[in-house]
Amino acid sequence: MATSDGKSGSRVERPLSPHLQVYRPQLTSMLSILHRIAGVALSVGTIVLIYWLFAIASGPEAFAQMQACFSSWIGRLLLFGWTFALFYHLCNGIRHLFWDAGKGYELGTASKSGVAAIIVAIALTFGVWFCAYSAVGGL
Amino acid sequence: MSSMRSPLARVKGLGSAKEGLHHWWMQRITAIANIPLVAAAIWIVLLSLRTDYAGVINLVGHPCVGAILILFIANLFYHAALGLQVVIEDYVHGAAKFLLLIFVKFSAALIAMIGIVSVIVVIVERASGS
Repeated sequence: MATSDGKSGSRVERPLSPHLQVYRPQLTSMLSILHRIAGVALSVGTIVLIYWLFAIASGPEAFAQMQACFSSWIGRLLLFGWTFALFYHLCNGIRHLFWDAGKGYELGTASKSGVAAIIVAIALTFGVWFCAYSAVGGL
Repeated sequence: MSSMRSPLARVKGLGSAKEGLHHWWMQRITAIANIPLVAAAIWIVLLSLRTDYAGVINLVGHPCVGAILILFIANLFYHAALGLQVVIEDYVHGAAKFLLLIFVKFSAALIAMIGIVSVIVVIVERASGS
């Protein structure tokens, strides 16, 4: 509803919520925007998965080219970030599903589940990279 | 309840998007489906690292593995398109919003299709034994 000043009936221009510039950043709000950022990044990052499949379908040369691309240091760095974004979005997404079910809204619980999402995401990221490096036989 | 409308009339209106819960619900359904599908996809990628090109064809081209990957791609891109739509609707306004929304839907369909056709090609390749 538009608010008026009551006398002239003209609209009062009030700042729109949320007033991000006056809020102290909190863990819960930072994790919330990180969920979106990770989601958008992963949407672009799906190209990695499709490139992998496309290279396999295209033949041995394209496959070798894809492997060289992903095993370069910049490729590994991007894949590492990609993996963390994936696991963070996954863990925080599960947190969202609990909220959708009406559970975990208490302030203490919301902070604890946020910390848990970060810790589990980091653990899964390093776990998968450990498996990947042991699969290819070391660094 | 201040509304004079009957519950049926309200339901028929289905909110400003005229779709009711459909978008929200599909986002959740695809999110839940993504949990086992992401786990399966990571498992497949890790297995592929243990072998050479012929082994990767043998793995990805197995009908069961290929089917899981196709399901994953379809679900993943549906989920991504729904999520990007919400982000665009929140931050982009005017004509740019509609152009971006169309761009996102078209590219999601196109990229998903490339992935799915790739998997089918690998399945056929493995079956033909080349």
